Amino acid sequence: MTDKVILDVQHLKKYFELGHHHTLKAVDDVSFQIREGETLGLVGESGCGKTTCGRTCLGMYNKTDGTVLYNGKDVHALKGAELFAFKKEAQMIFQDPYASLNPRMTVSDIVAEGLDVHHMTKNKAERTERIYELLNMVGLNKEHANRFIHEFSGGQRQRIGIARALAMEPKFLVLDEPISALDVSIQAQVVNMLIKLQQEMGLTYLFIAHDLSMVKHISERVGVMYLGSLVEITSSGELYSHPLHPYTQALLSAIPIPDPEIEAQRETARIRLEGEVPSPIDPPPGCKFAGRCKYATERCRQESPSLRDMGGGHYVACFAVEG
Amino acid sequence: MSEPLLQVNNLAVSYHGYAGEVKSVRGVTFDVQRGETLAVVGESGCGKSVTAKTIMRLIQTPPAEIKEGSEVLFDGEDVLKFDKKRLAQYRGGEAAIIFQDALAALNPTMTVGKQICENLLHHSKMSKKEAMEKAVDLLRMVGIPQPERRVKQYPHEFSGGMRQRVMIAIAFANSPKLLIADEPTTALDVTIQAQIMDLIKDWQKEQGASVILITHDLGVVANIARRIVVMYAGKIVERGESGVIFRTPRHPYTNALLEAVPRLDLKNKQVLASIEGTPPDLLNPPAGCPFCTRCKYCMEICCQEEPPVVTFEEGHEASCWLYSLEHPCEDAPFTWEGERK
Repeated sequence: MTDKVILDVQHLKKYFELGHHHTLKAVDDVSFQIREGETLGLVGESGCGKTTCGRTCLGMYNKTDGTVLYNGKDVHALKGAELFAFKKEAQMIFQDPYASLNPRMTVSDIVAEGLDVHHMTKNKAERTERIYELLNMVGLNKEHANRFIHEFSGGQRQRIGIARALAMEPKFLVLDEPISALDVSIQAQVVNMLIKLQQEMGLTYLFIAHDLSMVKHISERVGVMYLGSLVEITSSGELYSHPLHPYTQALLSAIPIPDPEIEAQRETARIRLEGEVPSPIDPPPGCKFAGRCKYATERCRQESPSLRDMGGGHYVACFAVEG
Repeated sequence: MSEPLLQVNNLAVSYHGYAGEVKSVRGVTFDVQRGETLAVVGESGCGKSVTAKTIMRLIQTPPAEIKEGSEVLFDGEDVLKFDKKRLAQYRGGEAAIIFQDALAALNPTMTVGKQICENLLHHSKMSKKEAMEKAVDLLRMVGIPQPERRVKQYPHEFSGGMRQRVMIAIAFANSPKLLIADEPTTALDVTIQAQIMDLIKDWQKEQGASVILITHDLGVVANIARRIVVMYAGKIVERGESGVIFRTPRHPYTNALLEAVPRLDLKNKQVLASIEGTPPDLLNPPAGCPFCTRCKYCMEICCQEEPPVVTFEEGHEASCWLYSLEHPCEDAPFTWEGERK
């Protein structure tokens, strides 16, 4: 990991106009930075905007406001050759390995699609060679190259998706819930592989997930999102030992731990969240968590808190946190 | 202890397809005591849902085939021999099931109130008006705000967590003695998951009913289950009290499952203990232990003969060769006394 900032997101907003004067604020003023070789985890419940955030960072969605700088260049202003090069360098791995691979293409065509577009291989022999190399890298072998997607299990499909992304020799990868569709024993395989690839190839990850224990395991820093806003961001160790935001505390307390004794002890101290995540369509002013927060005051319902540095790179957006 | 509420004896279910016979469940035996929660844990494709559906007699025969010698005794009666009339009383009345995907399980063309009433009216004599009042009460009980308004809405107007609550309301409607929850929280967020599990737990305490919780998440199980059954490739590989299973798992598969979950005390980016390979093809299940191809401690005998069931203490059993040979593989994860090496 170096000190060089590879992705700099400042005040990013992504609104979807729904018509009838309704606006869905999927991402609402989010700022973070990712340094080269680092993994930033982004966690939150479904509908909190973490996927939209990841996609907007890659320029897959147009932004509403704010900036996304990749190596100092505005992602949404790239044109021509620069845009072409960016799309090669920044890749995405999708959540659903069943929906994100074309069932009518063979594995080798899926993996090599980007190679062909970017003319990365000189001839057919080299192309085949590269496909085998990539499959080998993700733990598949060359017999798999001519098969179709329906012949593979979920874990293997996810590996194919990863091979497709790696074919582009990327520097920056957005991993959008890459393991949530997989079984526990297969999750560990894929996560081990992702960590190994990162160390070997010096990749930078934006790891989007809702499984907090896995995010803690793979990330150096973790950001917690709630209803389009980043409520807390800090190193993963700090987040789990000293969560400051009431939402983070509740979220951590809701993770079940596979140990009956610890669970029994936690039972009394557990923070239970009432209700569900409110709709991101035309949200009320103020802190978005105020409706479910037990510390909420009048101020929380009027003003929206912004991220404050609590020291040591621990940022939190909450009025109730002292400091 | 009194007679168990449910006894599943030697249950075997196969599906007949183009490729041949898929042996989905291969000789499963377990019981559920009155008022207890039993968890069935396993990966996708290990036969846990097929077992649940067979208990409810919800699988279609054909293509499925329930093998000779299988028994599902509910209060001493064999569910597999129920006639249509008895089955109608049993399903939704004495036993109820909650599915994973609530959107697929609910009827999109009926209001949720009507769907709850359907179950109520089928099982007890009451007027439609009374049933609708009861439906409102049920929705209130499962924690849906403004139930009077919500009964008139359709499933698509509910969020994922709320839909699961509606399913639970339908299951609770006739106060069943047995509730089967088939991955009830898999599609839900952690905070909602905690709410739903609390709901089931509280209801069970109040009613004294039995619950079979089917899941792949050992974390969920730790909080709620008294006993655990671990399934792999259509067979039960280990069973025991929940504390014992978590503290001293005996079967290498259970042990590996527990290690594969990142715990909060692990170092950042430490290599997780993964289980290499994939579960076996149930068209041609291996002759010996089903886990032999992925087991770190696999011995020659494991691939040839089925492992014996070894009893360690009251109710704790595992099917593994490691504990029945004089000279087992030396790097086995546990000693006979149950200490972690």
